[in-house]
Amino acid sequence: MPDSERTEPKTEAAATAPAPGPGPGRYFVRFTREQRYMHAALFTSFLGLAATGLVMRFSESFWARKFAAGVGGFGAILFFHKFCALVLTIAFLIHVKDVFQRGVMHREKGIFWGPTSMVPSWNDFKDLFGHMRWFLGLGPKPKFERYAYWEKFDYWAVFWGMVVIGFSGYAMWFAPFFAHFLPGWALNAVLVIHSEEGLLAILFIFSIHFVNTHLRPDSFPMDLVIFTGVESEDEFKQKRPLEYQRMLSEGKVESRLGIAPPLWLLNFSKVVGFTAIFIGLTLLVLTLTAYFH
Amino acid sequence: MQQQLRNRLRNGIIAAGVAVLAIAFAPIALRAQADCLACHGDATMTDSAGHSIAVDGQKFGQSIHGSLQCTNCHADIKSYPHPDKIAPVDCKTCHADQASLVSGSVHASASDHPCTSCHGVAHYIFPKDDPRSNVYPLNVPKTCGNCHGNADMAKQHGLPNVYPLYMDSIHGFALSKEGLLVAANCQSCHGSHNILSHTNPQSPTYKSNVPKTCGNCHAKIEADYEQGVHGKAVAAGNLNAPVCSDCHTAHAILQPTESAFRMQSTPICGNCHKDKFSTYRDTFHSQLGSLGGYVETARCWDCHGAHDVRPASDPASPINPANLVTTCGRCHAGANLSFVQYQPHANAHDRKLSPGLYYVRLFMNLLLASVLTFFMIHTILWLIRSRYSQVKSKASNGGKNA
Repeated sequence: MPDSERTEPKTEAAATAPAPGPGPGRYFVRFTREQRYMHAALFTSFLGLAATGLVMRFSESFWARKFAAGVGGFGAILFFHKFCALVLTIAFLIHVKDVFQRGVMHREKGIFWGPTSMVPSWNDFKDLFGHMRWFLGLGPKPKFERYAYWEKFDYWAVFWGMVVIGFSGYAMWFAPFFAHFLPGWALNAVLVIHSEEGLLAILFIFSIHFVNTHLRPDSFPMDLVIFTGVESEDEFKQKRPLEYQRMLSEGKVESRLGIAPPLWLLNFSKVVGFTAIFIGLTLLVLTLTAYFH
Repeated sequence: MQQQLRNRLRNGIIAAGVAVLAIAFAPIALRAQADCLACHGDATMTDSAGHSIAVDGQKFGQSIHGSLQCTNCHADIKSYPHPDKIAPVDCKTCHADQASLVSGSVHASASDHPCTSCHGVAHYIFPKDDPRSNVYPLNVPKTCGNCHGNADMAKQHGLPNVYPLYMDSIHGFALSKEGLLVAANCQSCHGSHNILSHTNPQSPTYKSNVPKTCGNCHAKIEADYEQGVHGKAVAAGNLNAPVCSDCHTAHAILQPTESAFRMQSTPICGNCHKDKFSTYRDTFHSQLGSLGGYVETARCWDCHGAHDVRPASDPASPINPANLVTTCGRCHAGANLSFVQYQPHANAHDRKLSPGLYYVRLFMNLLLASVLTFFMIHTILWLIRSRYSQVKSKASNGGKNA
């Protein structure tokens, strides 16, 4: 999940950055190593949850039965689903701990408000409307800060989704325990909540997040910044001009500089990224065929 | 002493008389067979049409008819040489009871179903408890299967091709693999000479007679069944209610704990209980269960009972409110009173029945629809606009991101 910016990103890239100064070959750090690992943990466990969850949700479709038979029946599927759920839960708790530590304990600036925060602001609504006006040719393209409104939505959708899906999932996993403080009908409701919210997450990530972040013309075929952590100066300037300007005016160019990603990292990122997108789109097609069957 | 001697003498005379009689008559019977076998004992002997008319005298002697003379059955042969064409043997001359049963059965047509079609070659018929007999319990399925394992014959008579189904069933395995003489073979359910169509109310396979037929072996299950709603309904003449074969099938009966049976049987209940089946399919029990390979998830009878299905109001029913903690607890360790408030047949579309669930579903549906609709429009417009401005200005970075 995207996280709030660290004001002083510590990356291996920053240490060996070339001398600061204007130039076309400069790369800037957008995500720290921890954030990239967090995203990797998030999307691998999410793909695992989606693949196994969809099989359960659409268990009467032919592909679900074939898949179940192939991996050793439902027992194997449920085991893998719960395993991925634990991985994702741990990642979520680490993130919450991280935000709490930085925002509350260390009183780090920019976590809960300001241009680098994930918390929605009035500007985000203005950007949304401005962006829509631009879509229709009614106004100029808005200039975005570090996190644009759709990126914040992605973050909060995932945040809310993990709370809701996680809670309802654990309520089913440990139903007799949860029954101590949940009414009986809630045990029925948690399956509806879990499967609908899961379906929403799957449809949203595999269609809207994929297109908004990776497949749209400005980033096509994939935005590798979440894998490499850095992006070119051109891209930075074009995609988030406000953040770029702020960086210049605050004189933080040097601290944001990174190095060009090595070839192996680019290739590795492409393999991982395209695999994830391929799996996601396959699951999307299967979901849609099962849903409208 | 005198008396004793006289008795012994009398016994001796009787014994001698019997022996003389036996010696006097036995050679005649033997000689009569031997006379015929002088010719027919030649294993290569054929009639003018080329059919074998040889008889294995030794084997015939061991058969159930071995003590008879040839002319007892071939009654039109009086002397030798005998005519080329002789009258066919009529079994009913002796077996009149059986013949009259067959003539009232589905196998009445004598030309299609001569006695020998089941009992085997006429000269080598053995008692039904002799393993050499075609109607020995372990041989019965194969005997019936000569016709009822023939797909063409089945199609021609509009009958199911039952032999392979039976052989793969729990009864078939018990018989063919274990050699259980008590395992149900064809005639255990259908009878032998008097086989009637299952549409005939006299038939043991007529729907309302099925529980009694199965109960010949499965007595306790029959007693349970009679206590349940289905048994009572059938006894009251409601033939829509299921009997044994509706759930277990007639010939392809599986071990009920087997995955395949657990997979196939829930939809069978659903044939009649459509609304319950539909709401069951919305639950985790069903979603899990329909994937197969994980047969422990609750199917209908895991909660409702199998043979003595009773209404929830019956204190003996496993779904009586007082029994729910026990029933659910069989799978869900730690099930408590609140846990059993779970509705295994909740309907999220029924506002009156499950209001909480109804509004939760409605909220989730609206959330899903509104988020996806909004962002779908947003993304499509964005795509069009970005491509438009990209082409127009040629200012894009061409996808070189890193």
